[in-house]
Amino acid sequence: MKEEFKVISKFIEEKSRVLDVGCGDGILMEYLLKNKVVDVRGLEISKEKVKKCLSKGLAVIEGNAENDLKQFPDLSFDYVILSQTLQAFMSPENVIKNLLRVGKKVIVTIPNFGHWKVRLDLLLKGEMPVTKNLPYQWYNTPNLHMCTIQDFYNFCNNKRVNIYKSISLNGEKISNITTSNLKYKNLISELGIFLLEK
Amino acid sequence: MKNIIIEKTLKLDCGKEISNFPLAYETYGNLNEKKDNAILIFHALTGDQYASGINPITKKEGWWNYAVGPGKAFDTDKFFVICANVIGGCMGSYGPGIIDPLTNKPIGTNFPVITINDMVNAQYNLLDYLKIEKLFAVAGGSMGGMQVLQFVSNFPNKARVALPIACTASHSAQNIAFNELGRQAIMSDSNWNEGLYDEKSTNPDKGLAVARMAAHITYLSKQGLQEKFGRNLQERSDFKFGFDADFQIESYLRYQGSVFVDRFDANSYLYITRAMDYFDLTKQYGGNLSKAFKDTKTKFFIISFTSDWLYPTSENKEIVIALNAIGADVGFVEIKTDKGHDSFLLDVPDFLSTIKNYLNTTYSNINERRI
Repeated sequence: MKEEFKVISKFIEEKSRVLDVGCGDGILMEYLLKNKVVDVRGLEISKEKVKKCLSKGLAVIEGNAENDLKQFPDLSFDYVILSQTLQAFMSPENVIKNLLRVGKKVIVTIPNFGHWKVRLDLLLKGEMPVTKNLPYQWYNTPNLHMCTIQDFYNFCNNKRVNIYKSISLNGEKISNITTSNLKYKNLISELGIFLLEK
Repeated sequence: MKNIIIEKTLKLDCGKEISNFPLAYETYGNLNEKKDNAILIFHALTGDQYASGINPITKKEGWWNYAVGPGKAFDTDKFFVICANVIGGCMGSYGPGIIDPLTNKPIGTNFPVITINDMVNAQYNLLDYLKIEKLFAVAGGSMGGMQVLQFVSNFPNKARVALPIACTASHSAQNIAFNELGRQAIMSDSNWNEGLYDEKSTNPDKGLAVARMAAHITYLSKQGLQEKFGRNLQERSDFKFGFDADFQIESYLRYQGSVFVDRFDANSYLYITRAMDYFDLTKQYGGNLSKAFKDTKTKFFIISFTSDWLYPTSENKEIVIALNAIGADVGFVEIKTDKGHDSFLLDVPDFLSTIKNYLNTTYSNINERRI
């Protein structure tokens, strides 16, 4: 988690306006406020988590990214962050479209369903994979649309979304994902972090 | 009773001008040396300046006693809380019950029709009087929330934080309808006498009580009523086959009506509900609510309640949307409760603790980072 925040924080330039979509308890927002001079807002669906954020004085509104991103004007943020929640939406495609409309740049992180442990679980056990990053059972998972790093790469290419930077996280190891090492990184990365632009 | 006489002329929205009029207020806690810990609280339709502790006139708890006081959400150990009786009210501020020195009778319906804008402009004088350059916060629920919105739009950056609670930027047809019901109840009482009743002897108590009963229902939720009263009978085992209060809910409403007339003036009820009906901040800014908050540096925290059908979440969210459209600093949460619109006045721990933490954290952040 710490590494993910570090990478995200590195992507973000000083004095920018940031929207954290699905900000949870506001830990990333606090991390950014501590390490950067930024103006950061949050959108979160869980009342409990919104209350926690507001108790910390964070500018967070209760809402659902699938409906409530509409209210933000075009390009009203320098960066819009979506950390490990893309897979939970009914329509990830629409959400990405809206993120790219609202933000000049978009940072998306995805838990990688292509990681070798995930693949091995299904291959050897013949059961839906349960791992550290994907701790749910098939019947109670909030993750409706799991994808691999390669899937997301392909998606961006098909939709003509520019990938500015793509980073692989494997434990504490941070490395670049390129077209030439994509197959390999898709096998060993637990998390993919993407900096996108329309 | 604390009050100031406002000498300066105030031009009302109706076109009339008033001057040398009284504004009654109360304060809690102490203003610090830097004068940066003041919070102005606006009361709702039937509130007054006695937000906390015991109201010295009614001898009952202040209307926001759950929220305002030492260690509470608006912590008076830390903040200097100011609350004024709105003009049009009946707790010492300039209102229809004030005695006209020319006739020696209450002004009654000769009182000018006022608006939320007029109320806020009148209260602004209090800040000059108390020599407060910048408020830490403005806060209020229901009509108090409307005053918060009007205040920040009239006086941009006069408050660092704004807390409009369970309110709207534009009074809905449904709310106007309920207010009209209340007014008609008062005006159909023969004692009302075109508003020129003598406050001491012949009040339109029956009409005012009915107005209060009807309004009271709108402050509660169906689920809340069902859980509290259900079909329980009032001190009897069966129906009496008459029109006495057989049901507990009837008895409860009758009681609410009867105690209300002891503390509230019927004409004030007419004037204040009218002010609420006229409130349409969106229209004031040519149909674009965002313009009301243009260039604002104020931090907004908007709160609604799940079971509030009078000022529903959707209307509160319109304010959030208008603020987001201009990139204002805004927080919003809908608190889960079955206590209806009244939730903001009641002991709803989630609501009170979130406000408390938000204010305390924001106050210390401002002092540390000077944001």
